[in-house]
Amino acid sequence: MSASKPKLAMYWAASCGGCEIALANINEVLLEVDHHFDFMFCPCLLDTKTKDIEALPDGDIFLTLFNGALRTEENREMAELLRRKSKVFVAFGACAATGGIPALANQHGLQHMLDTVFLNAPSVENAARLIPQPICHVTDGELALPAFMPRVLAVHEAVSVNYTMPGCPPEPEQIIAVIRHVASGAPLPPLGTWLGCSSRAVCSECPREKRGVLAARLLRPYEGIPETGWCLVEQGFACLGPATRGGCHALCPTANMPCTGCYGALDATADPGASALTALAAAVDPGKLAGKNEEDLHRRLKDALSGVADPLGTFYRYSLAATVLAERKPEVEQ
Amino acid sequence: MTRRITIDPITRLEGHGKIEIFLDDAGDVSSAYFQIPELRGFESFCVGRHAEEMANITNRICGVCPEAHHMAAAKAVDAAFGVPCLPAARRIRELIYMAFFVTDHTTHFYCLGGPDFIVGPDAPASERNILGVIRKVGVDIGLQVINCRKRNHELIKRLGGRGVHLCGALPGGWSVALSEEMRRDFLHCAKENIDFARFSLKTFDDIVLKDQAYLDLMFSDLYRHETHSMGTVDAGMAPNFYEGRIRVVDTLGNEVALYDPKDYLSHIAEHVEPWSYLKFPYLKKFGWNGFVDGQESGIYHATPLARLNVADRMATPLAQAEFERFFDTFGARGKAANGRNLPVHQRLATHWARLIELLYAAERMQELLEHPEICDPAVRQVVEAQAGIGIGSVEAPRGTLTHHYETDVRGVLTKVNLIVGTTNNNAPISLSVMKAAKGLIKGGVFSDGILNQVEMAFRLYDPCCSCATHALGKAPLEVNLRAVDGSLLDQQVRG
Repeated sequence: MSASKPKLAMYWAASCGGCEIALANINEVLLEVDHHFDFMFCPCLLDTKTKDIEALPDGDIFLTLFNGALRTEENREMAELLRRKSKVFVAFGACAATGGIPALANQHGLQHMLDTVFLNAPSVENAARLIPQPICHVTDGELALPAFMPRVLAVHEAVSVNYTMPGCPPEPEQIIAVIRHVASGAPLPPLGTWLGCSSRAVCSECPREKRGVLAARLLRPYEGIPETGWCLVEQGFACLGPATRGGCHALCPTANMPCTGCYGALDATADPGASALTALAAAVDPGKLAGKNEEDLHRRLKDALSGVADPLGTFYRYSLAATVLAERKPEVEQ
Repeated sequence: MTRRITIDPITRLEGHGKIEIFLDDAGDVSSAYFQIPELRGFESFCVGRHAEEMANITNRICGVCPEAHHMAAAKAVDAAFGVPCLPAARRIRELIYMAFFVTDHTTHFYCLGGPDFIVGPDAPASERNILGVIRKVGVDIGLQVINCRKRNHELIKRLGGRGVHLCGALPGGWSVALSEEMRRDFLHCAKENIDFARFSLKTFDDIVLKDQAYLDLMFSDLYRHETHSMGTVDAGMAPNFYEGRIRVVDTLGNEVALYDPKDYLSHIAEHVEPWSYLKFPYLKKFGWNGFVDGQESGIYHATPLARLNVADRMATPLAQAEFERFFDTFGARGKAANGRNLPVHQRLATHWARLIELLYAAERMQELLEHPEICDPAVRQVVEAQAGIGIGSVEAPRGTLTHHYETDVRGVLTKVNLIVGTTNNNAPISLSVMKAAKGLIKGGVFSDGILNQVEMAFRLYDPCCSCATHALGKAPLEVNLRAVDGSLLDQQVRG
């Protein structure tokens, strides 16, 4: 390891470790990473501590890949620390970009989560109704746990982010491309760019053929067996490919499964769920509506959308932090 | 003066963790705590979701072992909707799952747990990683490790749609059929895996079993705990990672439970401590009696070692031979009062047990691929959602994994409970960290090597972090010695 190499850091907040595995899955290219960078912080791989990062001059780390959403105060503090210490700070993966799966917790709120896990789970025996606390006194002293934030945040909601690299997780070949670009010393793209993905929809990478057909209604994946080679949306499956950024090479539709939108909305400034809903609504033809009475209209629309019993989990699966829907006002909860 | 040693964060662990060690006036350890400072709450936010999407949502619990959650979720939904899985799809699920076991166990042995043996528990910290392993055993083996991960992740991607967070599970089926071309490729992969597993066992022999110092360490009391053991077994009482009944044997090798995973609530409960976000499961039969081991304690472990302890045999021939040699080495084969093997309580033997499981998984891949029905194109069926209860269970590499769902008529989840692999071992890890700390830190004296041996106490449980295939660079660890008020008394940095 040489001090002259640019420093590379990877950190996880509220995440699953899949981003680290995606990095590990660049396989032998890891040796290239080691050649070009001083890979110096990554709790998953290396034993470097937070204190070592605190001791660095500001801006000393060239590139930080920050994955995970912000669930605890510790997550937020680490985002702030690494932002300060890094020249280039990348929100890496769906959780960092828009909240990802952990941000689904914003639907019910924090107290619901604590009650469900520690009081109401059928396997829990907790007569004393104990919920873990930020500070706990034990025989020999005090033990601390990080406090939770009231809601899960995407990283850009807490610190300024230079670039976003989407995906759950980002695909290894995209990681390779980005890392090679940075290592080459070539100029970096304009700030705010979404890296390692396409500006076109997943459909543009999908091997399935579009025939210009509208589906009669939306289907859950188990309600039909899709015809090989034919667009899933046109067959009625709630595939979010039309509204989702490409870059994954349409992995899920290629495996006969609908895209779930992990690379994020095509237009980063639009509401992700509304965009996906609109795209699918445009793909469904509930039949002629002109001249129908209100009851008939209602029934047809209901049938057409019965394949989505969970609009939130379908259309906002990875994005419930960075949307107005995530704002959970205490007075509303009351 | 009371002092404390804080190790925060514990690294090379899937997720976040820390250890707090309190010292008494004499500088001996009075207590030690293994704390988990994170919680995302899947049980809460999965309510309201489409049941069939749980395979794709819960695999995000862990990016290291998404396959385990994917399979447990698929099985729970099969049960909730009342649809048996199509035979070829069932074999494909298990095939993918075995490839996953091979890559996961490989990573732990060579990159996480292994360096402590291959390089040595007291070796300089900068050597105790995969690079040190490669220096000790050669570059060729490092590439073999990378290639093993690569070929099995490729299988998972071709058949499961994605390399991480696969997407193939459907109620009663799978989304991709196995072609003859894939079968040929994967048979080759399975054979390479078998060779690699045998090679890994030989490496363990050469480096650990033939070294008296390591043998002494493995047999020492420092890492020995008598707890009950849990694992999934088939009808012949051999371990099966994809399906079967849960067997629990006590500290003496007596079977104390054998149950269908759907009955888990009759056997398992979870204890809550205010100082950790991770719960502590225990056996209801014995109850929660605090952090103690022994025959009367409710604490059990669910690990590769536990799975060998509950088994009467292995289902494949090469793994069976290793299984016999394993219990012979500990003088435990057929030595229980009931004629079963005595459970092995030396926790460091978990590393060895993991390699025997690696060999089994590789052999099982070959068996599955040789089955005439595995290429049957009928892998997907049209089913109907229903209101129901579904409990799905698999053996994750790091313990028995249970998903419990309740659905309404639309197939939307109304209740979710999860007991995850590592959670089973939360109490035993706490015991092991406490015992190692107490045995190793005396009179306030500790060194880098000693602290590493404390860390080895949790590392043997496989801290769910398979991504260290490279771990290039230095690996320093800082330990702060603090007064009770938090002021820094002493600091030691290794690396």
